[in-house]
Amino acid sequence: MDFTVVANERLHFNYSLLKMRPTNGDKLPEILPGQFVQVEVAESKNTFLRRPISINFVDYEQNIIWLLVRNAGEGTRHLIESKINDVINMIIPLGNGFSMPSSDNAKTLLIGGGVGVAPLLYFGLILKNHGIQPQFLLGARSKADILELNEFEKLGKVHISTEDGSMGEKGLVTVHSILKEKFDNIYCCGPAPMMKAVAKLAKPIGAECEVSLENMMACGLGACLCCVEKTVKGNVCVCTEGPVFNINQLTWQI
Amino acid sequence: MANLNIKIGNLKFKNPVLTASGTFGYGEEFTDFIDINRLGGYIIKGTTINHREGNPYPRMVETPSGMLNAVGLQNKGVDYFIEHIYPRISQYDTNLIVNVSGANVDDYVAVCEKLNPLEHVKAIEVNISCPNVKQGGMAFGTTCAGAAQVTKAVRNAYSGTVIVKLSPNVTDITEIAKAVEAEGADSVSLINTLMGMAIDTERQKPYLSTYTGGLSGPAVRPIAVRMVWQTAKAVNIPVIGLGGIMNGRDAIEFILAGATAIEVGTANFIDPSVTMKIIDYIDEYCIRHNVSDISELIGAVK
Repeated sequence: MDFTVVANERLHFNYSLLKMRPTNGDKLPEILPGQFVQVEVAESKNTFLRRPISINFVDYEQNIIWLLVRNAGEGTRHLIESKINDVINMIIPLGNGFSMPSSDNAKTLLIGGGVGVAPLLYFGLILKNHGIQPQFLLGARSKADILELNEFEKLGKVHISTEDGSMGEKGLVTVHSILKEKFDNIYCCGPAPMMKAVAKLAKPIGAECEVSLENMMACGLGACLCCVEKTVKGNVCVCTEGPVFNINQLTWQI
Repeated sequence: MANLNIKIGNLKFKNPVLTASGTFGYGEEFTDFIDINRLGGYIIKGTTINHREGNPYPRMVETPSGMLNAVGLQNKGVDYFIEHIYPRISQYDTNLIVNVSGANVDDYVAVCEKLNPLEHVKAIEVNISCPNVKQGGMAFGTTCAGAAQVTKAVRNAYSGTVIVKLSPNVTDITEIAKAVEAEGADSVSLINTLMGMAIDTERQKPYLSTYTGGLSGPAVRPIAVRMVWQTAKAVNIPVIGLGGIMNGRDAIEFILAGATAIEVGTANFIDPSVTMKIIDYIDEYCIRHNVSDISELIGAVK
């Protein structure tokens, strides 16, 4: 499906927020929070495969989808340099989504690290619309890397950790004081070591914990079997069985 | 419309466009994007006698104009296929072909014997060329004796069309092709992936858990075209060409080099509807070049 870029907000040297609308005017398909797209990088000389990118936000009213893209190499660099009216081909939507907390009273924390905050914005909206008050814990290297803070603040209470202490509490998200409180549901997206550390904290307090993995993918459709994660059911494709997994499904040493 | 029908052994195909094993799952993954019934045929994931978990992650890395993979024949085994997958995918009006792999000759035979009674499996593609498994796989495909041994055993165990998928990781692919032809193969398909390696220079570690993997994508296409051209001249059985076909032009290139049919592999990852575009292009190309039957193009480059 072709999408036309309607806005490219450069949030930071390394990050762009791309807002896109179906080129042919079709309505966006139903999108679950946590799902992703496979983006074609047409003009890039040295890349070949599509790039899997989390869906950051869906604005059905305006028929616009948001992607938060980090410059992680040549493919994503081309994407963050997109211009208004550029047309980008995407396979949408792919994968599963976050599951809703079991009760409307569940105390819920969404933890994002770096660009891993991306899928939590749309999920936060869905939670809020269901009458659940999500809290957010956003972590990054420094203040400049805390992304979309104003958007998160519209949806719930936001806690911040920065490694250099330039904003919020100093240190990694896993030492943030909010984690001394007991949560019923914890959702996490970020670098693998961070997600493992969060899983380690969530397990003993009995919180239901889901993480969103970003294993290297080729097809995104469950055909190539490249992005597998070892689970209690054996190797499964992150693109079709995930990207969101309950930590109890994974074989992480936690 | 040009006549795009072709024949491999006794099996008729409505057009020469097939999907390559390991890049098309069981077809079901692609039904949102294409009409499987329009394909000449589709070759499903390498199937072994027992369930295989495949190699550890990471199994894939993008490389210039291609990718390396080291999946390692992850599949649930032939019994699971027959019981759970086959009933779901046997209704398509196209040739269903199962890619068969094994660690030893007995394994190949056992899988073939189980597939033989299945009415809707029209052919098997015998994988003697997987570079990503420790036992069997490419070991059979890199010597004439090994290739002949597997072909002979499979020929006896399977009554339908037998295609043998050849490895490019050999000194002379035409010798291997002749060896399998002599043992009764109906066709050879080539090329499987080229063995390659890539290293992350910052981490000073290979990208793949297995260190080496199979290179596919347009990076390998000129090698594949050359090998198809050489092999088509060396054998009398039809050659199926594959290796980096990204569009209709590339498909025509293989056909001109001598391929009776072609397989589309890695391109499915980038454009899941690419096979439909290739079929349309071939038809349009034939009309544009006043070709009434695709057979006029096969091996036109002598």
